[in-house]
Amino acid sequence: MNGIHDMGGMQGMGPIEVHEDERPFHAEWEARAWGLIRATGPFGPTRRRNFRYEHENLPPAQYLQMQYYERFIKVLVDRLMAAKLLTQAELDSGRADPASPRSTPSVTPANIAEQLARRRSLRREDVKIRPQFKAGQRVRARNINPVGHTRLPRYMRGHRGTIVADQGVFDFQDTDAEGYTLPDRPQHVYTVGFTARELWGEAANARDMVHAELWEDYLERA
Amino acid sequence: MPSDVALRVKALESILVEKGMVDPATIDAVIETYESKIGPRNGARVIARAWVNPDYKKRLLADATATIAELGYGGSQGEHMVVVENTPTVHNLVVCTLCSCYPWPVLGLPPTWYKSAPYRSRAVIDPRGVLREFGVTLADDVQVRVWDSTAEIRYLVLPERPSGTEGMTEEALAALVTRDAMVGVAKVSRSGGAAA
Repeated sequence: MNGIHDMGGMQGMGPIEVHEDERPFHAEWEARAWGLIRATGPFGPTRRRNFRYEHENLPPAQYLQMQYYERFIKVLVDRLMAAKLLTQAELDSGRADPASPRSTPSVTPANIAEQLARRRSLRREDVKIRPQFKAGQRVRARNINPVGHTRLPRYMRGHRGTIVADQGVFDFQDTDAEGYTLPDRPQHVYTVGFTARELWGEAANARDMVHAELWEDYLERA
Repeated sequence: MPSDVALRVKALESILVEKGMVDPATIDAVIETYESKIGPRNGARVIARAWVNPDYKKRLLADATATIAELGYGGSQGEHMVVVENTPTVHNLVVCTLCSCYPWPVLGLPPTWYKSAPYRSRAVIDPRGVLREFGVTLADDVQVRVWDSTAEIRYLVLPERPSGTEGMTEEALAALVTRDAMVGVAKVSRSGGAAA
């Protein structure tokens, strides 16, 4: 989706707030919000929309205005409402509807450490596919404009780069227009390097490079 | 006075606790984990080890995930790590333009600026300008390598070891390494903290 989230190369977003200590949370609500997100166990339908798609699909003005943890909470609330586990009336009153079902938390102080440490790798060691490209080869990022979630940033599309490394086979993460991950399409993912001049023109420093990991479907021979 | 969003988060927590969907003690445990166990001090220990142990450094650059795991760090958002080395002629900078992807096991949760529109938009088109904003001015003949970690690989920058630290212990060296240096927006100085 050519959404507001795909902001690489945009200008005019203002200065960077560079002075920040190393504490993870800078307000009590940020800590509670993050804790709440990680402590809420699975709920609702098992076929879920891609998590990043749900963020990307927020209205652009909201996306830009919301703080990071606020965006996560918004996505959690949307999911709970879609699963009919939360109502606007409950949110407004701050109390659960007495008639609403009661459950037992699946994430507990006893198992949270394991939950937080769990690896969630998309790499498919079990799938053997011949790579179409190899390190050193010239490629072009396809000029495509998928309407769902994609990991091909707009600023790379149509530009020529060089394969730096083959990272192995990973599950494809692009989604359909509704945000559901496209069915099983494991493929090689490559680190591709682009010169800054290829991406941004002659004013860029001749030495500088920008890299990203791109799925094979994003690439063509150049 | 609590902000609007603070009130909404509080309301949501009490509703989900009432419904039995969340245990507040679990929330406390998550916060405690990110405040004391998962954070940039982990990454700093990896960097200091690489500075004092050439064999560790060699393995770290060849297979970062396994070599970081030797110090006990790994898991969610650190499944596939790559370490990139700063040298007198190469400076690395990490961003996630599409999202806020970040190597949690070694750096913890990302700082606000890393998740912000100004950084995400500008790091790829004007990395030298971004670095100047952080107080780092690079010579034109230093190559800037930007890593847009928007897919499944997470990057950690191995900063240059500052001169004059030859006699320091690994532990003392780790104390000099900042989060910002491991993202690539700062250098490490002998006195710790920001250095241009």
